[in-house]
Amino acid sequence: MKILIVDDFSTMRRIIKNLLRDLGFNNTSEADDGNTALPMLQAGDFDFLVTDWNMPGMEGIDLLKAVRADEKLANLPVLLVTAEAKKEQIVEAAQAGVNGYVVKPFNAATLKEKIEKIFERIEASK
Amino acid sequence: MALSESILSERCLEQARGLVSSIESGDEGKAVDHLREISRLNETKMFQEIGRLTRELHDTLVGFGIETEISELAEHEIPDARERLSHVINVTDQAAHKTLTAVEEAIPVCSELEASASHIEVQWKRFISRDLSADEFRELSREIGSHLEISADRYTKIKLYLNDILMAQDFQDITGQIIRRVITLVQDVEDKLVGLIKLSGDLDSDLPKATKKPVEKVLEGPQVPGKESATALKSQDEVDDLLSSLGF
Repeated sequence: MKILIVDDFSTMRRIIKNLLRDLGFNNTSEADDGNTALPMLQAGDFDFLVTDWNMPGMEGIDLLKAVRADEKLANLPVLLVTAEAKKEQIVEAAQAGVNGYVVKPFNAATLKEKIEKIFERIEASK
Repeated sequence: MALSESILSERCLEQARGLVSSIESGDEGKAVDHLREISRLNETKMFQEIGRLTRELHDTLVGFGIETEISELAEHEIPDARERLSHVINVTDQAAHKTLTAVEEAIPVCSELEASASHIEVQWKRFISRDLSADEFRELSREIGSHLEISADRYTKIKLYLNDILMAQDFQDITGQIIRRVITLVQDVEDKLVGLIKLSGDLDSDLPKATKKPVEKVLEGPQVPGKESATALKSQDEVDDLLSSLGF
């Protein structure tokens, strides 16, 4: 399971990387913006994308939309982890096809729960 | 009631003439009265002039669209920045305490295991050198069993404390986003002040229109207590409920 973690704050990437490692996911890569993430996704056979929303170059929502628009990446599970908590943002993300939405600050249990839920759904739909 | 320039000047002249004649006739009392009156007329002139300039400045600022921007700065943006930075202090304070608590809780657990293991080591060395009585060996055996029994639990506890420390570091991302916004705001204040300086320095020149207030950002970053957006949700549970209602 290859996971890409995208956030412009390196401390947040590191926290998420550690949490994923605790859950047994050791194969992770990092990007600091949607612009650097997209080519990595296109090149890289990733199985899961965890991304922040608020980033200087390409925002998470646009990365999500680009992923859904790319036929090779359209079914990539995407989890948004972000401080954006306004209804409008959440609805926009849902409509853009996000698989899960975690608001910051979050705890380890929540992250685990949302990731497991996403994978359950994927298994169920197979 | 504003007096016209010419009326003021006329009255001043009247008083000045009165002053001269009362000095010439030795009437000190009257001379002082005339002086007072001249002084008062001068003040009136000055206040009217200040009033006129103030109105002019106000109209010019309004004309350039700066006046509302400056009152915006004073009434909203700067207090806003203060609150955001206060929140940053609170967040970092909480993170530091969370970390310290985790450290304080973990250390005794480590000490407990350390003490137990050290004691067992001492006894074990004696056992190896055949220095242990049967009773002491039974005691050692019991101790080893006990140590192993509690170990798993204690190590799990320590990992939990370490996890608390890990999670407490999320303050950096949240405060970083808030501080970025304040930096943008400070830049905004700077731009406006520069605009104002230019304006007061050269009212005649062809001034560029004062920089427009930045387009109301749709994204807000972390919610700050007291400044929450009306549509912001307050917890992961509320987010989950909203998503469920949308069919997720």
